[in-house]
Amino acid sequence: MQQFEYTITDPNGLHARPAGLLVKKVQGMSGEFVMECRGKRADLKRLLAIMGMGIRCGDRVTVKSENASEGELHKLKNYFEENL
Amino acid sequence: MKVLSGKGVYGGIAIGKISLFHRKSRSVTRYTVADGEAEIHRFRQAKAVAAEELTALYEKALRDIGESGAQIFEIHRMMLEDDDYTDAVLHAIRTEGVNAEYAVATAAENFSMVFSSMEDPYMQARAADIRDISHRLIRVLEGKGEEQMAPKEEPRIICADDLSPSETMRLDRELVAAFVTADGSVNSHTAILARTMGIPAVVAVGGQLMEARDGETVIVDGFAGRVYLSPDSQTLERMEEKRKEDQKEKDLLQKYKGMDNVTLDGTRIDIFANIQGLREVGAALLHDAGGIGLFRSEFLYLDRRDFPTEEEQFQVYKTVLQSMGGKKVVIRTVDIGADKQVGYFGLEREENPAMGMRGIRICLNRPSVFRTQLRALLRASVFGKLAVMFPMITSVSEVRDAMELATQVRQDLDREGIPCSNRTEWGIMIETPAAALISDRLAPLVDFFSIGTNDLTQYTLAMDRQNRSIAAFLDPHHEAVMRLIEMTVQHAHTAGKWVGICGELGADGELTECFLRMGVDELSVPPAYILRLRDKIRNLDLRNDQK
Repeated sequence: MQQFEYTITDPNGLHARPAGLLVKKVQGMSGEFVMECRGKRADLKRLLAIMGMGIRCGDRVTVKSENASEGELHKLKNYFEENL
Repeated sequence: MKVLSGKGVYGGIAIGKISLFHRKSRSVTRYTVADGEAEIHRFRQAKAVAAEELTALYEKALRDIGESGAQIFEIHRMMLEDDDYTDAVLHAIRTEGVNAEYAVATAAENFSMVFSSMEDPYMQARAADIRDISHRLIRVLEGKGEEQMAPKEEPRIICADDLSPSETMRLDRELVAAFVTADGSVNSHTAILARTMGIPAVVAVGGQLMEARDGETVIVDGFAGRVYLSPDSQTLERMEEKRKEDQKEKDLLQKYKGMDNVTLDGTRIDIFANIQGLREVGAALLHDAGGIGLFRSEFLYLDRRDFPTEEEQFQVYKTVLQSMGGKKVVIRTVDIGADKQVGYFGLEREENPAMGMRGIRICLNRPSVFRTQLRALLRASVFGKLAVMFPMITSVSEVRDAMELATQVRQDLDREGIPCSNRTEWGIMIETPAAALISDRLAPLVDFFSIGTNDLTQYTLAMDRQNRSIAAFLDPHHEAVMRLIEMTVQHAHTAGKWVGICGELGADGELTECFLRMGVDELSVPPAYILRLRDKIRNLDLRNDQK
């Protein structure tokens, strides 16, 4: 199990467009990822589930993976830091 | 005449005839199917067709309005192809043996309910997106083509119960002067598209709208969020005037975008934008700001329960610097206190907060809060052209102390191996008479001055600008204030430093000539004033006699 934590700083949180771009990024990866926040969890390849989490600016999220390579996890962490 | 009130989503005035848009009935009949797998196959085919339509719509949007608006339809396609959505439809067909249309309608209802019951108004508005893709699927399943969206001949004003994002995108800009909807929300993608497409629009005016007649005359005021059905001649006249004003504004934009702020005799001045937060960066760029002259960092601290972290602040500063693409961004360090109170700062109640613990005084009193902000600023400095300024300065020692803290933070970052730009400029607000009077001593300590005329006026005249009862006494062009400004500009220039004006007087067209004559280097104004000032400046000739 690998994981990282991140605090969302996008002022609009993870509403449609940022969530869509994130899911698109993860769909292009071979590993599987879940995201947890405030007791909810969702598959990072499923847009509606991610949007349904209602993640807002300032929320701390945890991203976990059982099977992703270290490189992919690192790439995804960078994506969060640069875009969200 | 009947007046309806709603919410304006894009400013603009349109006067014309109504084209009522009635959707064909969207009720879906339920029937049982014998062969579930065949029904699933029919659904999958419809989904593929709908996905193709959305790709085509994305490409049209990309051509017409650009990437950021077009992304809406990329997201729609992703929603359409979302596994949870598909699973819900397949599940209904398999277990209940219902037709695909009915299964889609049920899934749509369930998912849109999840969103409309969320707390966040932005997320609530996403229910409309679910309905949009679901209607598309059902229409394809029923073997129908897309509905006709625009009137065929003269420009009309579309009135509808609601418009989906995809219907909005298919409106022909040439034939649709404005649109009004009975329902809808300002947070919807429909509203975002209206703004991107530049169509004046009012939403949420209520069901009475659909009692209007096709061809009836209507005025849409996108600024005020009002709709006038069968307006009387007086209203028509007034709104026609307003429409012309607005048109003039938009023409100005067309005419002056990309041009220099230079007078007929060749005197130049920079015009930058004042902004509150990231949301206004777009407006600054749209109105062709030469940079950001005042980025009020307070918004990061307001409406929350605890101090913003270094990381949060860093992301915001980095974003604004990157968005401005190398143009100068002047960020003012936090100016809490006076009329902006924040609970978690734990400030004591004051008899006279305008003259109490605020601005640089809080920062110097709470070095840890100040350090966090300075660290975030310096870390962001490598992403653009950053200038930092301190508010509410009254003395040489305050400037020295603040600069000393900044130097320490810089040294810390160097030790940690975190890169910082060496080109960051440091400046101060001149907004107290004290600072203006000793500006000759302050100028050598900094790279620039920015004159905050709102506070400078109130402190010089001892008049509260928010107190209406003394409005008659308050002369915004008082000679005392003008002399302080002139003195500050001269002192800055003697020391070889630049000086800007970021208060309300900066946007006051009556003073533009005066400021140019004083030699002010930069005016920072709300985005909407930038091109009006450019227009004014390009028609001024300082060789003419002084008035």
